[in-house]
Amino acid sequence: MSEHIVKSFTEQLEGLANAVAQMGGLTEAQFGNAIEAIAKRDAALAESVIGSDVRVDQLQLAVDEQAMKVLALRQPMAVDLRDTMASIKIASELERIGDLAKNIGKRALVLTREPPIRLTQGLARMGRQTLVQLKSVLDAYSSRDAKAAESVWRHDDEIDELYNSLFRELLTYMMEDPRMIGLCTHLLFVAKNIERAGDHATNIAETVYHMVSGEYLRDERPKADITSTTPIPFRPKS
Amino acid sequence: MDEDFRMRPKRLRGTLLGLAALGGAGMVGVAFGGGDALLIAAVAAAVLIALSLFLSRGPDKGSQGSLAAPKDTATQLLPGVVRDIFECLADPVIVLGRSGHVIFANRASQSLLGASVERKHISAVLRTPSVLEAVDHVLAGGEGETVAFSFLVPVERHYEAYVTRVGRDGSPDSGLVLIQLHDLTAIRRSEQMRADFVANASHELRTPLAAVSGFIDTLRGHAKDDAEARERFLEIMSVETGRMRRLIDDLLSLTRIELNEHNPPQGTVDLSVIVRDAATALGPLASADSVTIDVAKQGSLPVTGDRDELIQVFQNLIHNAIKYGRSGGRVRIALGREGSDRVFAAVEDEGEGIPRELIPRLTERFYRVDVKRSRERGGTGLGLAIVKHILNRHQGRLQIESTPGKGSTFTVFLPAAALTSQESLAPTADVMKM
Repeated sequence: MSEHIVKSFTEQLEGLANAVAQMGGLTEAQFGNAIEAIAKRDAALAESVIGSDVRVDQLQLAVDEQAMKVLALRQPMAVDLRDTMASIKIASELERIGDLAKNIGKRALVLTREPPIRLTQGLARMGRQTLVQLKSVLDAYSSRDAKAAESVWRHDDEIDELYNSLFRELLTYMMEDPRMIGLCTHLLFVAKNIERAGDHATNIAETVYHMVSGEYLRDERPKADITSTTPIPFRPKS
Repeated sequence: MDEDFRMRPKRLRGTLLGLAALGGAGMVGVAFGGGDALLIAAVAAAVLIALSLFLSRGPDKGSQGSLAAPKDTATQLLPGVVRDIFECLADPVIVLGRSGHVIFANRASQSLLGASVERKHISAVLRTPSVLEAVDHVLAGGEGETVAFSFLVPVERHYEAYVTRVGRDGSPDSGLVLIQLHDLTAIRRSEQMRADFVANASHELRTPLAAVSGFIDTLRGHAKDDAEARERFLEIMSVETGRMRRLIDDLLSLTRIELNEHNPPQGTVDLSVIVRDAATALGPLASADSVTIDVAKQGSLPVTGDRDELIQVFQNLIHNAIKYGRSGGRVRIALGREGSDRVFAAVEDEGEGIPRELIPRLTERFYRVDVKRSRERGGTGLGLAIVKHILNRHQGRLQIESTPGKGSTFTVFLPAAALTSQESLAPTADVMKM
């Protein structure tokens, strides 16, 4: 951000960026804890994830209000306008990630009451991979680094690959033992939530790229999620 | 631009601020007197004072506009020697100004937060919610706080942050907030390793135990009068109990070695003799697998060490070479000196080799490259961990080299003992006769 003639304008824009960064830190912790709660079967951690969602929502409101004030009173131009718009967009993406983390936390709570299952380790790995994406994109936002944002945008397909393999594994489990269907459905939703969170991180990457460079990431994003077209073979047990 | 314009360049600490000018379109051709020049100079000076007051107001500027940073306020608040002291600290230290902007971050914090964090707001540098809350609390006049936090990715790291206000009771409030970070990763990791070890050991024991108790039930039940099945089951049970015994032996010797690890060994032994003895003891096992053990000829190699422990090192290494080498292959053992103060023994097999990325993990407890094969061959997963700990005690080193498809070489380096008397040479003569 370059200095403005009116210093409080700079302060307002910076305050906006700080609020978004703070919200990012909170969602990052919330998402990371949700994944740890799954991996370590930690009910207390899962509860704390569910509880902290309120704070994320409050911060999003604060970001919205501040941004609105900047737009209404300052009529920002060029990079200032992109900054302001980016903070609104990123805050809403982060809020969605927070919701997904909360949902993962709820399911983690259910999983602690079930017998341990090895597949949660695969979920944890996918979750940590997504957390790396989220951390990198928030770092890119704080350091205004378009290159770093673009690299996050390109690497979402790794999460998709993990999701595909987990999806298949879970289907196989359910087909082999119908008693596992209840538990595996929870795991399936957790996997889907993680995959969605990864997509939101990618959206943030697009916003950061546009905010810094003024250009759009136009070419087709690498997509590898094929689960929506995966047939589910039905093999009744003889 | 017209020549008639009267201008005065104005500088603030070397930075050109601008020109103070008197003039305008209607004034072309108007002559200025000496009094006018004085007036311009006076106006310019007033502008300069106003500007410098405006620019140096408040401790934090937020941005790094060249004008906005008149030699920055951090230098005024943190004298050079204090900065130098902070720079020397091994732990990350961050100093925040009144509004929560970083005014100083020492060298140790750079690996964690990246370079050039100064003038950024703390939330753009360290997003961790618990730390930000503590900072807010302290900025709002609260007491200092210690909070723990972790980075889960890319590498799991744990920290403790001590957030406090700078200043003593009674002294004027500096408005500065100090964040000290302390790395707890190593402690957490060792706690985790301990827990993992107990879990792994129990898991390793449970499998053979389940097999044995299963066969006992069968022998009591429908296999009661089946002499043939009974023999077969007893055989399996004896294999499984053998596995448990080996595991417990290994666990016990690992514990014993660890207890002793900080006591350097006493006494001088001959490495050549030890390697030969270990190879001889494993002779029957090798011939059962039709593996030949080749020990290179070498004179006496005295080292300071514990005979039993060193024999265990080479038994484990040679045993591994037999187990994971090619059936009908050859295990070569080379001996020698490296420089004047080190001796080595290298055990080389002709097995499948070990992928490069797995080599660092080989000395981890219960780590196996091929779990199934290790179990089949009666491995406990502790052999190389024992080797590592014994060598640590002997101030030795284990070097593992491997070419996939060709084989692996495990080389033990030990510090050579000084030849003190004639008698330490005595066993050498015997060896040479062998």
